[in-house]
Amino acid sequence: MESNKLSRVDYIFRPESNRIDLIKKIMSKDKDDFILELIDSGLKGRGGAGFLTGLKWKLAKEAQGDKKYVICNADEGEPGTFKDREILDRVAGKVLTGMALCGYIVGANEGFIYLRAEYRFLAPKLQQMMDAMNQELKTAGLDFTLALRFGSGAYVCGEETALIESMEGKRGEPRNKPPFPVTDGYLGKPTVVNNVETFVNTVIIAEIGYQEYKKLGTDSSRGMKLFSISGDCAKEGIFELELGMSLADFVEEFGDGDTKAVQVGGASGFCVPRKKFKETIIGFEGIPTGGSMKIFNSSRSMYNVLHNYLDFFQEESCGQCTPCRVGCQQLLKGIMAVKRRERPATYLDELVKLAETMRYASKCGLGQSVGNAFVSIVENFREEIVY
Amino acid sequence: MINLTINNIPVTVEEGTTILAAARKLNIRIPTLCYHEDLCIAGNCRVCVVEQVGMRTLQASCAVPVRENMQILTNSMKVRQARKNIIELLLSEHNADCTKCYKNGNCELQDLANEYRTGNQMYLDLVPEKHFTIDQSSPSIMKDDSKCIRCQRCVRTCAELQGVNALAVANKGHEMKISSFYDKPMHEVVCTNCGQCINRCPTGALVERNYLDEVWNAIYDPSKHVAVQTAPAVRVALGEELGFDPGERVTGKMVAALRRLGFNSVLDTDFTADLTIMEEGTELLTRLKKALVDNDEKVAIPMTTSCSPGWIKFIEHTFPEYLPNVSTCKSPQQMFGALVKTYYAQRKNINPKDIVSVSIMPCTAKKYEAQRPEMRDSGYQDVDYVLTTRELAIMIKQAGIEFMKLEDEEYDRFMGDSTGAAVIFGATGGVMEAALRTAWEIVTGKEVPFENLNITPVRGMEGIKEASVTIAGTKPEWSFLEGVELKCAIAHGLANARELMQAVKDGKAVYHFIEVMACPGGCLGGGGQPIPTNPEIRQKRAEAIYAEDEGMPIRKSHENPEVAQIYQEFLGEPLGHKSHELLHTHYKARKRY
Amino acid sequence: MSNTENFVKELADKHGRSRESLMPILQEIVEVKSYINDETMVNVARELDLSAAEVYGTASFYSFIETREMGEFIIRVCKTIVCDMKGKEALLRAIEDTLKIKVGETTPDKKFTLLTTNCLGWCHKGPAMLINNEVFTELTSGKAIEIIESYMHK
Repeated sequence: MESNKLSRVDYIFRPESNRIDLIKKIMSKDKDDFILELIDSGLKGRGGAGFLTGLKWKLAKEAQGDKKYVICNADEGEPGTFKDREILDRVAGKVLTGMALCGYIVGANEGFIYLRAEYRFLAPKLQQMMDAMNQELKTAGLDFTLALRFGSGAYVCGEETALIESMEGKRGEPRNKPPFPVTDGYLGKPTVVNNVETFVNTVIIAEIGYQEYKKLGTDSSRGMKLFSISGDCAKEGIFELELGMSLADFVEEFGDGDTKAVQVGGASGFCVPRKKFKETIIGFEGIPTGGSMKIFNSSRSMYNVLHNYLDFFQEESCGQCTPCRVGCQQLLKGIMAVKRRERPATYLDELVKLAETMRYASKCGLGQSVGNAFVSIVENFREEIVY
Repeated sequence: MINLTINNIPVTVEEGTTILAAARKLNIRIPTLCYHEDLCIAGNCRVCVVEQVGMRTLQASCAVPVRENMQILTNSMKVRQARKNIIELLLSEHNADCTKCYKNGNCELQDLANEYRTGNQMYLDLVPEKHFTIDQSSPSIMKDDSKCIRCQRCVRTCAELQGVNALAVANKGHEMKISSFYDKPMHEVVCTNCGQCINRCPTGALVERNYLDEVWNAIYDPSKHVAVQTAPAVRVALGEELGFDPGERVTGKMVAALRRLGFNSVLDTDFTADLTIMEEGTELLTRLKKALVDNDEKVAIPMTTSCSPGWIKFIEHTFPEYLPNVSTCKSPQQMFGALVKTYYAQRKNINPKDIVSVSIMPCTAKKYEAQRPEMRDSGYQDVDYVLTTRELAIMIKQAGIEFMKLEDEEYDRFMGDSTGAAVIFGATGGVMEAALRTAWEIVTGKEVPFENLNITPVRGMEGIKEASVTIAGTKPEWSFLEGVELKCAIAHGLANARELMQAVKDGKAVYHFIEVMACPGGCLGGGGQPIPTNPEIRQKRAEAIYAEDEGMPIRKSHENPEVAQIYQEFLGEPLGHKSHELLHTHYKARKRY
Repeated sequence: MSNTENFVKELADKHGRSRESLMPILQEIVEVKSYINDETMVNVARELDLSAAEVYGTASFYSFIETREMGEFIIRVCKTIVCDMKGKEALLRAIEDTLKIKVGETTPDKKFTLLTTNCLGWCHKGPAMLINNEVFTELTSGKAIEIIESYMHK
């Protein structure tokens, strides 16, 4: 597969155009036309799961409900991801505009930002902007109001049904699916839940047009993406790149020259060792990511990395389903037992099988993705785990 | 209708059917743990996962509805591997001391482990480092978190069926557990001791507090006279523990077994059920007179029944303002206890201090009730030990009694007489029906105007039932009731009771008399009854109860000859001085967590 | 009415009494009091007509809703991998030494509680910590101690 050249672009943080003009422009169009453009743009959710955004809006528009809701998922908890914080800090207006557009298209009158507790310091400014926006929307004749809700320290609430449960005042436990939020979401009503960056992308598409947008990225991975880059880096921070680059190019640009592995997609993503940098494409055709890129150099113990992730998961699993609740504990205790020679190295093979079971049988994306990091680290760095 | 295949066998089912239900239609069993017919779907144990051809992940068959052209595999390699792993994971967080466990032999996890031949422990044992302690604070229920597999059946039972919410899911991740409010001991929280959680716990995490050794020791003690009473609902369920199908009546065999176990007298709670009707019926009529004739505004109407100790504790916590509405009658168990150590002791010339009073109940809340400070009117603890139906079955097995082969025997002649009216106390609506049979006759001098005395409107498994009868043809002394429409309501399961009482509180419903049984189906579905329970089993037990009633020569409480005798010899009259002293009590408000 | 009852009633008046008001109410209690004790929680349950155990179950799910006693300032040091790589351990030891408490403990004067937490979203500027809602990044032991000392006089 051909990779794109690594190319830095600047759409997301570019200053906003007049948001009311933009909303009015979309309001003058046919709703279904805009949905088709959104689908055609190829935009997939930027939270990590990668569902086609236009299709989500279409389903929510078609769903029956006396009320509908738009929720912006700002529960950015994936280790190594911090781009949503930056967006909300610098260009929150675009997020609000995207939510209003969505509300208009799907027929929702209320929108919420679900902001993680760790980002509460952003709240005063956000609230101010939302109040102002509510006024502007009223003046523009769009019946849509925005409000702020908070998480309280639970990674799993980034899963959309868990987020909805949390907003409903319950434990953030993912629901059985189907039904999906587009038909049965917040308070049982049709609900669109999109990531912060996704809403910004919809605004960009509305601004520059879907044809222009389609020129960015690759066939499978349209558009650009914010990357949260950290670890052993020459350059750390947030960078906006076109999707579809090779990991080799990425490491060349951002690594410290001694890169041993890159964790793509955070703790729930995949660990790629140096020998696979060239063949690995960052995007939906390769490894999709919500933007977390953690770079490890040769001084790092991959056992420690894995231990850290598994400790994270055993705490952040909601705990309701068996594979995830017990599986995370077993994976963690398991590698510790192997390290301490209490179990033979071959026990890792049993744990890999267990990780597979967790992938197939867990209730939600959290449990299903614990195996990603586990299997990719154990397979590529087995000796570091054992010795 | 939806067409699909399961293990390549085509099946057509209604839209909305789950994969699990569709498989059952084909007689394909998919193992389950968190699934329970009485409860909403959780989909969290993942034991029931199946493969849907074309899908990356496995599907929880209990939670996923069928779709057209689905191809389901219930025993593919992927499914088997996952299912085996999941069972092994559950075992790794479960204190698998099976041979020492109270639920040994009646444990769904054990059955699955056996079925999947999990053998030598594959994963690391997670139990020791969690430092679990067993909560033994409640006289009714023991909670052992080390055996909990977090299926949340108990939490759903407590919330959905009972509306009590004493148990909740707390914490998350590896610390997730089933907990009371701030993890306080069970005896300090709103738990009603109903034991419905026990009936649905697949393992030994929730079991009754058993008093087997205490009772055996009393039996072995030659200086003690051990009197046993058996509640109506026990006789239609005990058989399930001892080889019979649900719905088998084993009254005679049970009596025989109790004698063989060594109880000195085998008595029937039915006797005091009949007495309850006399007292409670009179109380109702007295309250109605005060309200209708004397215009006494302080009289509390509707009057509610007081037989169910789960209901009593529930109302103490949840609707304390309605405590004056609760009949002052003690439950039949406690009336019996008070009489055993007074009336019975006198007649049999036994020093009450040498009497050990044991009751066999379908109930775990009765264990708590027996220990209430209100229940010592004989001068002693009126009922010393309460055993559940399950515990009695254990004793019968321990004693080597071949239950199925026992010849039927009859209760002792003294405090052993009962009527059909007393038997139906074991089913929801039964107390209402028994009370109506008697009260109607007191007021009109005639039998209730229902064919064969069967007051069918108050029967059945509907959660809240309403009935009303217009009183006609009253005797002169009851003429104030002429033309009065007597409005009754019946609730079983505390969630229904909550709904009913809320309606009363909100003024949306007006009644004169309310029967509440804490457990689904009434006592026949009690927390001390054989496990498993489900709507079908409870239905069969109910049918057995009504069959027992129809088979009784006397079917009205006031016609129980022993009841007439006790009023003549001992109590005087219903609501008389002696009755008040021994058979009535009051309850108190409690905090709301 | 007790102070607690009044406090909770005011919160319910402000946020509403439906189930979806529960989180905002719990969050504001924690903002004001650092943690929620059983008495306060019973009052929340009563105001919203929920079961106390269920409110406890919900509250205990969330790491930032503390149900045991906390200090006025809760220090949460990020322990996720990149902050760990960048010296979170040394940072924790320095804070422990300064406050003379271990992770999970509260100072005797109830001023500080020291906790670790999962990814705060500042990996590129680790190690990071929160004190209540305020973020501090690119910490060194010296810098962290200075910050904490500034809080001692707040």
